[in-house]
Amino acid sequence: MADIAIPSAGERYRRRIYRKSLFVLGAFAALVLAVCIDIGVGPGWYSPAEVFRALVMPDTVEPKLAIIVWDVRLPVAVMAVMIGAMLGVAGAQMQTILHNPLADPFTLGISSAASFGAALAIAVGVGLWPAGGTFFIAANAFIFALGTSLVLFAFTRMRGVTIETFVLVGIALFFTFNALLAFIQYHSSESQLQQIIFWMMGSLARATWTKIAICAGLLALVVPLAWARNSMMTALTMGDERAASLGVPVARLRLEMLASISLLAATATAFVGTIGFVGLVGPHIARMLVGEDQRYFLPVSAAAGAIILSAASTLAKGITPGVIYPIGIITALVGVPFFLSLVMSIRRETWR
Amino acid sequence: MSLHISDLSFGYRHHPLFDGLHAEPLRRGELTALVGPNGVGKSSLFRLVAGLLSPSGGTISLDGNDTARMSARRRAERIFLLTQHTATRAALGVFDVVLLAKRGWRGGKASQEDIAHVEEMLCALRIEHLSDRMVTELSGGQQQLVALCQALVRDPDVLLLDEPTSALDLRRQLEVMELVQKVTRRRNIVTVAALHDLSLAGRFADRFLLLQDGRVAVDGTPEEVLLHRSTADAYGVGIEIERTSKGTLVVESYLR
Repeated sequence: MADIAIPSAGERYRRRIYRKSLFVLGAFAALVLAVCIDIGVGPGWYSPAEVFRALVMPDTVEPKLAIIVWDVRLPVAVMAVMIGAMLGVAGAQMQTILHNPLADPFTLGISSAASFGAALAIAVGVGLWPAGGTFFIAANAFIFALGTSLVLFAFTRMRGVTIETFVLVGIALFFTFNALLAFIQYHSSESQLQQIIFWMMGSLARATWTKIAICAGLLALVVPLAWARNSMMTALTMGDERAASLGVPVARLRLEMLASISLLAATATAFVGTIGFVGLVGPHIARMLVGEDQRYFLPVSAAAGAIILSAASTLAKGITPGVIYPIGIITALVGVPFFLSLVMSIRRETWR
Repeated sequence: MSLHISDLSFGYRHHPLFDGLHAEPLRRGELTALVGPNGVGKSSLFRLVAGLLSPSGGTISLDGNDTARMSARRRAERIFLLTQHTATRAALGVFDVVLLAKRGWRGGKASQEDIAHVEEMLCALRIEHLSDRMVTELSGGQQQLVALCQALVRDPDVLLLDEPTSALDLRRQLEVMELVQKVTRRRNIVTVAALHDLSLAGRFADRFLLLQDGRVAVDGTPEEVLLHRSTADAYGVGIEIERTSKGTLVVESYLR
């Protein structure tokens, strides 16, 4: 008995940290599997192993499979990962800066603004992006989403603005843009209306490598910035005042994170429409698994968001053969029961 | 070597609080109790000293250096405020929370010494057994002890404690104040604690500052301040003190 030494508190802390690192690795391994399944599902079904082989060694599989995997399905699958990760990160940051686990990237009206911008482009042909072309609608959605964020920025700069007023302004913007959107829909033709509604449902079908490159570039910009601030963000979860007494520049940090969230949410919405739920639930799952230490919370939120969207993309193709449902419908429809079962089954002890 | 507050002015909108507040230097190795009735500005004074609020006039200097000229990070390293509200909903472990006081903002892993320091303080406060728990699972008093542990691990030059014992049981109150007193002496730091329990304050503090009407109304030893008429008037009560056979100061107050 005597030689079974009880590890010290510090040793137990180190073990916990190690376990959390494994969680991060596990989450990304699960993501790779989810992507392989996603690519395998479609008019022709392939096993994850075949897909993985086609991805890693394209020369060793039959050309038809390589073409389907690389040219047809990979862009959509990678787009799902990018958008899922972007929404996961943005959701995690939003929940942290608002001290509210019910917040998501769209809490402050960014998606409504994007939808309005897109509708304006579709129905009226009015765009703020002079070049137009393939990015005409997306650019308009992006500009409106970012404009909304600038309004929110202006509010944070005012003295004595609390988080509550901030959220209220966001909600006011949300309703304003929804009303404007309804106004446009009311005045649109039938075909325009159809296009607007389809756009708003959210779809990965518009995935291209250019868009993927833009998303990847954005993540490459935002993630290192967020990573450099991980201790500050962790401190912020304890509350503004306690973070400030540890030397965290709370107002500036909140502004920086808001900028990051705006870019991520605006880009995601501009490219694939409004995909709800992911930015709310991704961080929730991460919080249950690894807690709110941002070193683990952030990557697991990103991975969870990406996995949810990959799974939703798989189901969107798999439910009815030959039909690809808009992914915005699937995420909530399938995600909610999954999430509820997770909430019920996970015990508190596991989110250490 | 000390903390010097001079000519400090500050007010909230429509509510001026301090107009030229001045205090004799707060010396290192000295535990000062900041006392005064509710709403007199104890927490605001702490926030001003910690740099969480900016004064409209006057200076706060630490060892001769104006704290307003220090970078926010440097100031936070030297002056730590244990806030009054220590309850948090963060999904963080106790050990993580305490260690946060040590981690630099550039990220990176905690060093061996930092982890050892956290362990040591957890033991000193007798909350080592809580180290694996989530802070959200803890009681109010336990959360206060964790916050206090964070403050002590921080190892600042100036320790500001805003009602550090408000949620603690009888034994914990004594233990915490004794530890704070010991740390103040051993590390030779300036410690100021806002306390409502005047007996507890009188027992451990070297010096009392009575805050009233936006200024330091009385400044002196516990007995001097407690027996001063302004103190009784400030609280609107009668105050009597006596020494027990063991030499402990006991403060008796009654409505008059």
